[in-house]
Amino acid sequence: MVLFLQIRIGLNNMIKLPVYLDNNATTKVDPRVLETMIPFFTEDFGNAASRNHPFGWKAEEAVDYAREQIAALIGANEKEIIFTSGATESNNLALKGVFEMYAEKGKHIITAVTEHKAILDTCKHLEKQGAEITYLHPAENGLLTVAQVEEVIRPDTILVTIMFGNNEIGVLQPIREIAAVCKKHGVLFHSDATQAVGKIPVDVMADNIDLMSFTAHKMYGPKGIGALYVRRKNPRVKVTAQMDGGGHERGMRSGTLNVPGIVGFGKAAELARLEMQTDTNRIIKMRDRLENSLLTLEESYLNGSKEHRLPHTTNISFKYVEGEGLMMAIKDIAVSSGSACTSASLEPSYVLKSLGLDDELAHSSLRFGLSRYTTDEEIDFTIKCVTDAVNRLRDMSPLWEMFKEGIDLKSVQWTEH
Amino acid sequence: MAYSEKVIDHYSNPRNVGTLDKGSPNVGTGLVGAPECGDVMRLQIQVNPETGVIEDARFKTFGCGSAIASSSLATEWLKGKSVDQALTIDNMDIVEELALPPVKIHCSVLAEDAIRAAINDYRVKQGLEPIAEEKSHH
Repeated sequence: MVLFLQIRIGLNNMIKLPVYLDNNATTKVDPRVLETMIPFFTEDFGNAASRNHPFGWKAEEAVDYAREQIAALIGANEKEIIFTSGATESNNLALKGVFEMYAEKGKHIITAVTEHKAILDTCKHLEKQGAEITYLHPAENGLLTVAQVEEVIRPDTILVTIMFGNNEIGVLQPIREIAAVCKKHGVLFHSDATQAVGKIPVDVMADNIDLMSFTAHKMYGPKGIGALYVRRKNPRVKVTAQMDGGGHERGMRSGTLNVPGIVGFGKAAELARLEMQTDTNRIIKMRDRLENSLLTLEESYLNGSKEHRLPHTTNISFKYVEGEGLMMAIKDIAVSSGSACTSASLEPSYVLKSLGLDDELAHSSLRFGLSRYTTDEEIDFTIKCVTDAVNRLRDMSPLWEMFKEGIDLKSVQWTEH
Repeated sequence: MAYSEKVIDHYSNPRNVGTLDKGSPNVGTGLVGAPECGDVMRLQIQVNPETGVIEDARFKTFGCGSAIASSSLATEWLKGKSVDQALTIDNMDIVEELALPPVKIHCSVLAEDAIRAAINDYRVKQGLEPIAEEKSHH
């Protein structure tokens, strides 16, 4: 069992430790969401596909309502929402489904090296099936340009897939412009909008998105339920089902619907639509305060574009501090590190490396993800904790001492081992 | 990953962090590892030239908790030992004392390398031959 410590900051403000700042990984379920879900486990437990009795009708009605709530959040029609188990499945269905459905048109797909593994690994899978994939490289600030996309569109290009907001650095791509170029060339456009939906305004009509993946658990909904938006008009898009069965979800995704999950997803989407602006106004102030404070530390760097970014995310590297040692020093804060070095083989984040960061800087990066529940007291605590940790580790770091003496670390003959 | 209590203790209260005068003929300095590998250790010993005993030992380490703990422990062990005795410190002694898991054994190897590098630096300063790299690590 996790032991939560209660500590006192200042006079009255109690905060719970560890402080949770990993909201790009997942969010807490909003109690209002949980409340709407509970009856669908034990009372209204029917199968939404059961047409012959009230249990089924009630479930179907709840699913229809949730579909409307979700469609309203992204400016879609409710018939365009295909429920899945989450964004990974949505990404798989979109890419594999389009590749199979549009095989006659071509086999070329365009994506970027900074995409989530659910896109990159699906692309690898499709390459084995004969797909040709172009991987675009963003600039040092993590941004792609429309021109980069347009340059590589070919007559046999069937799909461009570019994420809305990056999960590690929060950078927002120029989705509307990229989608417009795709439309001009008659190429389908898919976006993995897992980090963006519910956090910033996303409108599939205004943005010209043909397919879009998103999930409930990044917006205070439950895990295990996501959706793929599939456009029905201008153009009418179809994907080949990746799961055979009862023909649920307009034949694109079979399987008994996760009714409680869908109900929760619907409520979470409604709350996001109604409260996004107020949440963002609060969160962005705290995020900026955290970021500005940590950037006052010498040799600390913000990763990714400062302007084009999700409001709740910041990713900062602290030079001359080793990532794993840093994580150990800030165990009272739950964040993600750019370093995956829990084993002897060090694998720094491929996203940070693609921005041109060297291994060292990629290893010593922290991603902070704030939420609707983050408090000013938690931010105060985090600023102090990280600042103290970085200073303490630098006092212990031979690299910091050498840097301070003006020694160029690149000129040192290191002994690799 | 779970760290042993001893690693956490050394990491939270590192012994003998600091810098000795590397220009002094009685100080040996060993700098091992590489920034891109995620570990750099600098270990220094100050030897009494009359007795050959290590009177002081200091370290600075850029690395994970296990690397910091390994070097902190090494400085504790070095103090009071003769240079010859110091050469017998084996990386597996560090592994055992700190209960390092297999993926962290390289931290102990690095600490042993740092000890040998510091001793060799001292020997060279004293006009002696450096100790050959004869030993294979566990």
